[in-house]
Amino acid sequence: MRILPFLLSLLLTVGLVYCLNRPWGQTPVMGRFLSPQHGFWQNAEPADQDFDGHIQLPGLKDKGDVYFDENLVPHVFAASRTDACYIQGYLHARFRLWQMEFQTFAASGRISELLGAGPDNGFVKYDRGMRRLGMVTAARRALEAVEEDPEAKADCDAYTAGANAYISGLRASELPLEYKLLNYAPEPWTNLKTMLFVKYMAFDLAGGDDDFQMTNAKAFFTKEQFALLYPEVQDSADPVIPKGTPFLPAHFRPRLPATVDSLYLNSTTTVTDREHAPDPDNGSNNWAVSGRKTLSGKPILCNDPHLSLTLPSIWYQMQIHTPDYNVYGVSFPGAPYVIIGFNDSCAWGITNSERDVRDYYSIKFKDETRKEYWFNGRWKEAPQRVDTIRIKGAAPLYDTVALTVFGPVLFDPTYTGFSDEASNYSYAVCWKPARKSNELRTFRVLQQVHNYSDYKEAIRTFESPGQNFAFADKAGEVALWQQGAFPAKWKEQGRFVMPGEDSSYMWQSDSIPMEENPYMLVTDENRGFVSSANQLPVDTSYPYYLGIDFPPYRGLYINRRLSSINSITAADMMTLQTDNHDVFAEMARPLLLRNIQDLRLNDNARAALRVFHDWNLNDDPNEEGPVIFNYWWSHLQKDIYDDEFSKTTLPLKRPFESTLLEALLRDTSYQFIDDVNTPQKETLPQVVTTAYLQAMNDLTEAGKEDKLTWAKNKDTWIRHNLRFASLSRPHLPIGGGVHCINAAKPLHGPSWRMIVHLTSPTEAYGIYPGGQSGNPGSAYYDTFVDKWAAGKYNPLWIMGTEDIKSQHVKWVMHFSGS
Amino acid sequence: MVVKFFVTTVLIGLLSFIGGLFLPWWTIAVAAFAVSALIPQQPLTAFFAGFLALFLLWGGMALVIDLANGSILSTRVAGILPLHDSSWALVLVTALVGSLVGGGGALTAAFLQKRKPKAKMK
Repeated sequence: MRILPFLLSLLLTVGLVYCLNRPWGQTPVMGRFLSPQHGFWQNAEPADQDFDGHIQLPGLKDKGDVYFDENLVPHVFAASRTDACYIQGYLHARFRLWQMEFQTFAASGRISELLGAGPDNGFVKYDRGMRRLGMVTAARRALEAVEEDPEAKADCDAYTAGANAYISGLRASELPLEYKLLNYAPEPWTNLKTMLFVKYMAFDLAGGDDDFQMTNAKAFFTKEQFALLYPEVQDSADPVIPKGTPFLPAHFRPRLPATVDSLYLNSTTTVTDREHAPDPDNGSNNWAVSGRKTLSGKPILCNDPHLSLTLPSIWYQMQIHTPDYNVYGVSFPGAPYVIIGFNDSCAWGITNSERDVRDYYSIKFKDETRKEYWFNGRWKEAPQRVDTIRIKGAAPLYDTVALTVFGPVLFDPTYTGFSDEASNYSYAVCWKPARKSNELRTFRVLQQVHNYSDYKEAIRTFESPGQNFAFADKAGEVALWQQGAFPAKWKEQGRFVMPGEDSSYMWQSDSIPMEENPYMLVTDENRGFVSSANQLPVDTSYPYYLGIDFPPYRGLYINRRLSSINSITAADMMTLQTDNHDVFAEMARPLLLRNIQDLRLNDNARAALRVFHDWNLNDDPNEEGPVIFNYWWSHLQKDIYDDEFSKTTLPLKRPFESTLLEALLRDTSYQFIDDVNTPQKETLPQVVTTAYLQAMNDLTEAGKEDKLTWAKNKDTWIRHNLRFASLSRPHLPIGGGVHCINAAKPLHGPSWRMIVHLTSPTEAYGIYPGGQSGNPGSAYYDTFVDKWAAGKYNPLWIMGTEDIKSQHVKWVMHFSGS
Repeated sequence: MVVKFFVTTVLIGLLSFIGGLFLPWWTIAVAAFAVSALIPQQPLTAFFAGFLALFLLWGGMALVIDLANGSILSTRVAGILPLHDSSWALVLVTALVGSLVGGGGALTAAFLQKRKPKAKMK
């Protein structure tokens, strides 16, 4: 034996194994990751992967079968609803486990646990924000509600058991790729995780507001300026419920606090904290036309929810057939039931109400321990909760959160959100989705509705986030309700941070009764369709305050188009749902062209102006017009507002694009046009032309990068949840944009397009930008992306019990209890 | 000698494969070590036997999986690592990582042998 070479060789080999057997920073454990028997290679599915199987699920009451079609869409045939939930839990875990669990980590503020503190401590800030907002508390309350509802409890238990049946049978080598990349393993699924997911959607859809920035704007601008910058309603507003529709008188008139002027509306306090907010354009389109307007005489319902465009997709498509109902649509991996879809008699689709259900209160604590705060004339005790934020690669952080009558203290001197500025102030948050409620019940009941009154009964208990539920059935009924539990607010309640020293600013009625919520039922006397696109729900005759963040243009255009077309077919609806017409540009272009000073343009600028002038106003992929328009408008906004807004370092809400456009259409001497930093008074033609010349520079730069056409310039991605470019689908050739029906933005847009024609049998089409498998090593990972980008649809095959031998059936999983 | 080399290589590959079914990935080092300890060879020869065995085993398995998968995943993973989206590079890296560990295990065991007197060629 040669001791020295032996030891040297041993040391090298062991050292090599050691280095390959541990993560370095954010790298995977490379030895294991590369091992063809352990690592990522195991996730590479053969192109002809066989999904057939016989699966034993302890607890499943009866036999069940799942038939997968050529797109890997499962058609579940179960003996009962609870069995269906069981199988659904299994399928979600089987095809989307990593995503389904990761979303609950995001919901409950546990991202740092997987990804470390993040750039600039960003993940820790995010986690603390979610915890402080009360996401986990909200989910626990939702779980209590579920446990009081025996049917919901049985379904959630079954769903969880189904997911766990898959998870517990997983070998380490079979873990989804992302677990191997990040070096962790799944926890068992729980009902609480399902509720966390439900609350995550509530956060996504009702977790954004501009209260701090608006509070600052109110303090900074004069009343007159403020009214010009932040009007409550745009001139062009075309509400969800048509103007002039009568409303019930308010059952409850909230009392204005005695100090509303002195301590609230005229207050000049400011806020430096910054919240994490979901995408401000989370919204959607839905509409349903009555048989009066269709070629077949049967209603057609359409829906396209706009969410972050991610891989794996937020949606999982499926059909669920039981002896009691037969439903088809999309489900959320992480929760039971079909969320948007149709059954044998009805169809439904949802859009976000955009109502303001999150308000802040300024809290005066006795001292830095934040154990007592001033409330109704005395010091009141604030119970404290300590959250443990685990951070990969660092010591855990213990976060103490004070709880008040309003809600948890989201911001205090220890947590300023995403602001770098220190602050001595504390703000408690009152958030409607944190209240106890049972939203899943609505979807359970919707699956088996037969008619309009069933539908009304289904949505009755839906509280948050408030949605516009469009409905159509084969009997010809077409309706839309804006349903949710909305606090009855006095005008401008919660638009700004409110005083938190007494109870007079609290919500006085937690929930406007359903009968008083905005709704529309199509009758022979009205327009023959319902629609919503997150615009203002009602006109000014509605007796409650709604908030002000309602994008006007998609809804305006949908209503215009639906009013003008008749003998509608499903194909017409596809054309409409993928329409790239830009109403905003349509309204803005004449204004811009009217005000351009031709003398200041050179030949190139004139040529570009001709392109803009001749543009067909569609944000189509190969158009240059929208590129010019976008540069031009963004410079115009900056040139008009920057001089005033940059006079303070406080974060201020920027006016909506629609606000500037409609102000300029109304008044060509809009006061903000003048640059306050120059002695002379600028005019609209001057700023319009200057902005155009600035846009020409951008255009030259864009030309160098081959970004002169709209799709390339806008650059839409379907991005992996971990933001790895190679697991994403970048640079898609798709048009549209934020003001178009086809609201495809760079990372956000129509996450599921569905068209349901309520004929017998039902004719339905749908597509989402993803694939049924969440595995990047599967041929079904991004199956639908290209078709979606091209504006095409898949016919939705509704399988019957007699179709077992159909050529559509590619694989079968047989489930049985044990 | 060629037969010995061949047998060692095959045995290391086989043992590594079987170990990989049930045991952690680094079993390949142990497998190479064990086989090399039982079949004495010159250190350099032993190293090459371990190297070749794992090069073929890991590279071969990766290649077979990759071909069946149509390189869908390897292209994506190569983009993360980053290996310029090259499946071939990823197969090669996989093979090399395996073979270095295998070679190291085999080499270490070879030093367990007593130094042979220079074999006289007959």
